[in-house]
Parts: sequence; C-alpha cells; structure tokens
Amino acid sequence: MGVVKLTIDGRDVSAPAESTILQAAQSMGIRIPTLCFHERLKPAGSCGICVVEVDGNPTPVTSCNTPVSEGMTVTTHSEHLFSIRQEILKGILAHHPLDCPICDKAGECLLQDLVVEHGITGVESPTPTTKFTSAYSKTMLKSWPERCVLCLRCVRACSEIQGHYALSVTEGPDGPQISYDADKCVSCGECIQLCPTGALVEKKTDLRWRNWEIENKVRTTCPYCGVGCQQLLHIKDGRIVKVTGVEDAEPNQGRLCVKGRYGFDFIYSDERLKTPLIRENGGFREASFDEATRLVARKFKEIIAESGPDAIAGVSCSRSINEDSYQMQKLFRAVIGTNNIDNCART
Amino acid sequence: MIMVIGSNMTEAHPVAATFIKNAVANGAELIVVDPRRHKLCDYATLHLPLKVGSDIALLNAMMHVLIKEDLYDRRFVESCTMGFDEVKEKVMEYPPERAAEICGIDAELIRSTARRFVSIKPAMLCYTLGITEHTCGVNNVLTVANFQMLTGNMGMECGGVNPLRGQNNVQGACDMGALPNVFPGYQAVTNPDARAKFEKAWGVKNLPGNVGLMIPQMMEGLVDKKIRAFYIFGENLANTEPDIHKVEHELSSAEFLICQDIFPNETTRFAHVIFPAAAWSENEGTFANSERRISRVRTASPPPGLAKPNWWIFKEIAKKMGHDWESDSAQELWDNEISVLAPNLMGIKYRRLEGNGLQWPCPHEEHPGTCFLHQDGEFTCGLGRFTPVDWTPPAEVPDAEYPFTLSTGRRLYHYHTRTQTGRCEGLNDLLGEESADISPQDASTMGIESHEKIKVKSRRGEVIVKARVTPEVPPGMVWMAFHFRENCANWLTNAAFDPVSFTAEYKACAVQIEKL
Ligand code: SF4
Ligand code: SF4
Repeated sequence: MGVVKLTIDGRDVSAPAESTILQAAQSMGIRIPTLCFHERLKPAGSCGICVVEVDGNPTPVTSCNTPVSEGMTVTTHSEHLFSIRQEILKGILAHHPLDCPICDKAGECLLQDLVVEHGITGVESPTPTTKFTSAYSKTMLKSWPERCVLCLRCVRACSEIQGHYALSVTEGPDGPQISYDADKCVSCGECIQLCPTGALVEKKTDLRWRNWEIENKVRTTCPYCGVGCQQLLHIKDGRIVKVTGVEDAEPNQGRLCVKGRYGFDFIYSDERLKTPLIRENGGFREASFDEATRLVARKFKEIIAESGPDAIAGVSCSRSINEDSYQMQKLFRAVIGTNNIDNCART
Repeated sequence: MIMVIGSNMTEAHPVAATFIKNAVANGAELIVVDPRRHKLCDYATLHLPLKVGSDIALLNAMMHVLIKEDLYDRRFVESCTMGFDEVKEKVMEYPPERAAEICGIDAELIRSTARRFVSIKPAMLCYTLGITEHTCGVNNVLTVANFQMLTGNMGMECGGVNPLRGQNNVQGACDMGALPNVFPGYQAVTNPDARAKFEKAWGVKNLPGNVGLMIPQMMEGLVDKKIRAFYIFGENLANTEPDIHKVEHELSSAEFLICQDIFPNETTRFAHVIFPAAAWSENEGTFANSERRISRVRTASPPPGLAKPNWWIFKEIAKKMGHDWESDSAQELWDNEISVLAPNLMGIKYRRLEGNGLQWPCPHEEHPGTCFLHQDGEFTCGLGRFTPVDWTPPAEVPDAEYPFTLSTGRRLYHYHTRTQTGRCEGLNDLLGEESADISPQDASTMGIESHEKIKVKSRRGEVIVKARVTPEVPPGMVWMAFHFRENCANWLTNAAFDPVSFTAEYKACAVQIEKL
C-alpha cells in the first residue's frame, strides 16, 4: 500500500496508491461536482459530471473511478470542464419534467443544485421520458420515472448495500431502464435515501412540507432491535415527519430497515397513556402523579412491614434507556431492599 | 468465514444481515445452520437444516471431526484455554453418525462442514434466540463457545461468538444491573465488598445479599402469594410470555400490580396502578447495542399529557418512601452514578457520546473503547474454559397426538406485540395478520392451501390462523410469530425453562394442526 504524489489544481497531493482522483481531491478539500457518485457505493462513472483533465490525456476522465498515479497533474475546474458539465446537465433536463413545485425533493435535490451551480437558466421545451419499465407505488414509496436521471444509485443501493436485488437495469427501446420487482422489495427505503432527485419518494404520510421547513435533524438510536442503528429524525413543527439513516455513522453506516425508517409515529398515537390511572370499582380512574406514587409507596411500605421486602418484585424494560433500568434496580435494592429485579433479557 | 446459527437475521436484525450479505459479495463464505430455509440461506455456501433443538449434537459432532482429524487450533487450545481433555472426551461420544440421527444432517455433510469451517480464518459465529430460547439454552451457548475456542477463533476482529441481542437495549438493561444477581457493571450482590461499595454510593445500609428471583419465579410467586406487589415496567408480559393462559392466571392473581408503559396493553388490564411514561425520542438517554456500544438517544418531541421519563417516576416513588435522590436527568444519572459505579463504563461520559458512541469496556476517559473482546486470547477469568456438554431434547417433543414442532420468532414488518409498530402508518399494510407457516409437503398431505384458515393446537391452547405454505419451513414444523394477539404463538408455547437462565423454550413445543 504505497503512497503516490500528484498535483491537483497546482497543489501537491500525497494519496494512497489505491485511491481515485476524486478521493485524493476530497482529501485536500478540493470539491469536484458529482452526481452518480455516492460515498457508500462503488463508483459507476456513468454520469460524467465528475470529469477532470489529466495532463497527457487527450480527453477528460471521470475522477470517481480513475486511480491516481505517480506524477499525475490534474485540473478539476476549467472552462472546458464547465461546459462539458453544462452539456450533460442540459441533456438530462431535456428529458426531465420541470415539476419542482410539486416535487418532494425540491430544495435538497442534487440535480437542482448542479443546474444552479452551472448557471443553466433555461432549457427548450423538455420532453420528459420515462426511465423505468413501469412506474410503481408501494405502501412506503412511490416512483416518478420521468424525474429519474439514470444515475443508478438506487439499483446499486439495493444490490450492493442492502442485498435485496429488487431493482435492476434492463435495456429499453431508448437505452437503459430501471425495473422493479415488488416480490423482492422489503421497503427498507435505501433507494430513496440515495436517490439524488425526486424520482423515488416516501409515501409514509400525507403530510406535505418543503425541505427547508425542517427545523431540526436530531441524531438518535433506533428503538427496535439490538443492532442500534443511528437515525436522523427530521422534525417539523415539533414532530418527527421523516427518518433517515445517519451517513457514515457506526454501526449502520447510513443503512436502516423498514422498522427503523418508518416505525416512528407510534409516539403520536391518540391511544398513548397520558395520565396515571388507579383501579377503582372494576375500572380505572385518572389520578395525579403525586397521588399515584403516594399510593404505591404506602403499599410497598405496608408489604415490607408485613411480609418483608422480598414480597415485592419488578421487571425492568429492555427497550427503554439505560438510565431507566439503573434507576429501577436502585429503587428495588436501595429503597425496597430486595434483589427481585429482572429484565426480559431471558425471554 | 461466517457461520450463523439460530438467527433469522434478514428479518430480526435486517441491517446486520446487510453486512453479512456484503461480506459474501466480497468473497466470504457463509454457513447457515437453521431448521428453516430463511432468506439468508439464499446467500449461503451451505445451509444445514438441522432439527429444532439439536444444535449441541451437531456442534459436538463437528468438534469430534476436528479433534479426530487434528484440524483444531492446537496452539490456541494449549496456550489460551483449559478443560480441553474433558471436552475431548465428551465429543468423542458424538461421532457424526450418531449426531446425524439426532439432528437429521447427513454424517458426511457434518464432516465436510467441519473441515470447510476450519479452512478459513478468522471465522465469525453469530447466533440469536434460536440458540438461547431452549431448555438447553445455556448449554447451547457453552457449546458455541467450545466450538470457537477449539477452532481458535476467539479474540480477533471478524471472529468470536457474536450474539445478536433481540431488543434494542437488552444489553443495557443487563449492564445496568436489572438482574437478580448483580449490581450495575456485573458486580455480584453476594459479594460483601460490592455491597459495601453500593451502600456507600447510595447512602444506605444492609443491601440484600441473597440473589433475587427471575421473571418466571416472580410470576409463579403471584399465585402462591409469596410476591404481593409486582412492578412491570414496559413489558407486555401477557403476550410475550409462553402459555398465555398460565400468564394471565398469574397476573390476575396479583395482589398489587403496577404497570408503567406508553400504551394500555393486554398486561395493563390487570394493573392496580398505571404510570404513563415518556417514550423513545421523548427524553434523553442511552442505549447499549449488541456490540456493547453506548449510543445516545435524544429528544425530538415532548411526551403527551402528564407522561414522565421513567427514571423520574422511580425517583418520585423513592422520594415518597423517604429517599431523596440527587441526580435529576439521565445525564446526571449516567455521569455521576452509573459511570462511576460500573468499572467497564468509567471512561464513558455523555460528552464523549456525541458521535458514534463508545464500546465498553472503556475503563478511563482517555480509553477509545473496545471493539472486540478477549484480545490475544485473554478471557475475563484468565484462560478460556471449555465445558463439556451433552445434547438434551426439547422439553416437549412431537408425538402421535401432537405430531408437529412449533417454533416461533419475529417477522420483518413488526416488533413483538405490535404496541409500537401496530400504531405506525403503513406497517400494518405491509403485514396485517399472523400466519402459521407450514411446508408444502405437509400442506399437500393435509390438503391445506395457502391463506386458508387452520387450527393450531397445543396442550395449552389453540388458535385459528391463516396458513402460509412456504418452502422456508421443513416438513414437520409449524412456525409462528407473536405479533398479533388473537393468534399469538404464545397461546401455544410451552412454559418450560432453561434451568440456569430461566429462558423459556419458545423455539420448540408440540402442536397439531387441523384443516377447518
Ligand atoms: S431513481 Fe433516483 S437513484 Fe435511481 S437511477 Fe433514477 S435518479 Fe438515480
Ligand atoms: S433500523 Fe432495523 S436493523 Fe437497525 S436497529 Fe432499527 S430495527 Fe434494528
């Protein structure tokens, strides 16, 4: 694993021999625009946006999949490169609907950003074409095949990352098309998370919002299984409206499953317990915390006096936070005076 | 090399499964040992469809082969372990031919699997509740450990024994001492020094030194009135424990039952007092995952109505009983108490948990955390200890009257009793009802079609449920989950427990099925 020296935009760079030009540039904080590239996917080199000039090469090369080599001299920004990128983007827009006002992705769309960055202000009468063999809609997701830019991030996410192989590329009449196999899809939503445009969007709720209305993104840990995936809770008006995986976080490296991504809204259910309840005449009546904790404390003291502390037992929750379990065992040991405390680890 | 035993990872730990699939795509070999041909088998080099509850026989036979053919890791066994001779003697009683009769795997396949497993290093072994939810659960775990020590796969990255924990914070609840035998940080309650330490920290005298009861014993205590008050925090025991009829009898016998939860559920029906709790994302805190990684849980929105953080409710009860506790937030509890009292957690403070959290052991504040245990063959007790183990059958095996084995678990789209996932938009559309999975062979013998309602009956109860005919399930097996109340598998399961861990045998009981 050697190190090679090269020059990027006039700056000397040392990079591991196996890195790509894009990686070497990023390590120096030099930004090269990309579209089909994603950190978590193997480079495809298909969109051409990340082109750079390499001295001695007659034509520009895609930086995401071209390895560095000793003595290489690279230029990442030039008029020529700018116009190549412009042409690619114009080509995409020629077949892309300009339906941003009704697109959920507007405001955090990579295509929008690149178009603005490259100063494209108009395209002549676009004729949107479908890029999927057929549009599809599932419980949690919906496709907009005309918005697709054929970066194939979704296809690669589904196979390379999640290993479901529900999306594939087939040859259509006018080039490649994406086809979807509902039987293989498990609604993990990885394709949506990696899609740079509004071609794949969530259908989880009827709520609508603009992306810039998300007031906060809170990092937290998934409440379901023992993997402990890191999630980003997108919050609007004080409520979680969407969940994504935290890119490059351990242990999940951006990935989530169907429960982690869509299993959050139970907290807003009307059926939540909202007040302490005390059994009375065969039913329950509402009570204050003061009354209910007083009742429990009195009963505990009574039982301890009559039958000893070992006549009281408790089960802690292996879904709740550590601090809660700590506090419960402390209540049992230090206050009640018994080791009759367990959790459902054994079941 | 990866071997997965008793773990339906693509459904129960989906994101962990993606990493296994990636490893396979990058050239790793995968061996799946499981009665069911579940999804992960599609990615495996080998699938060994052993009979339910025969893991020990299979692994003993594989060890038999490795010792006989001198393929085990002699260096590791000699320098890092003890008790090899006893295990050698024991596994010599398990020639592959004998194991084949018990587990239904061909003797030659057992041999070739053993050879294949040791041909690549490191080799990682993952298991889930398919190993532990048996009357021989503890012995299963010991056998798995024997196997990994014999093959010298301990104490290295991508090796070892990796239990995938069922719930998000089972690891944490145990770390915190919500167990009848240990204080936080696994310090034994029977140890006078540990008691003295906690007495001083908590400002109390005479902490109890006798080991307390485990859940099944507590529940039985409700009936014979040895337990007069029972405090259930966040568990829907009425659906999750085996044999619902028995459990409900126990719960209804309780003199004083306290439930603390976020929803009314089947268990709160029996309560005398119910406390409303703040849910996930309604307060600050930490979880510990299967890798012993402590990660932060943060607040997104406030709890509804009067609902309060659980720790606050316990603190309030303590106060009413005359104990004023100082810590007044999860962070104070962690930074000032937990991380001070549990040696493995001493280096973990909230300010160090902003990013990817820390894996314990993390003994001091400069420590980077520990990503895998037993490095260089060092075990907590010095040398790794081999324990000879015999195979024992499940407590209830099929017979003429109840000819099928029922095994249970979780499905992808729901979690446990659906108190949460059942209230999330869309998830019920993805999976709206329970099914009993049966093999195409049994279905055709009995003339049962997929989606047809059938009756599944055990000695303890019966349910009417849709049949799902699938080649995932071997002939002779019925597989069900416990997500839906009406036809929850726990009407049928057997309340037989491992004698040490008191884990119930959810993975095996005898049932009959009936076409309606
Ligand atoms: S659907 Fe999205 S991710 Fe997939 S190819 Fe189209 S633009 Fe790329
Ligand atoms: S997102 Fe899925 S795999 Fe990850 S912790 Fe949650 S339930 Fe487990």
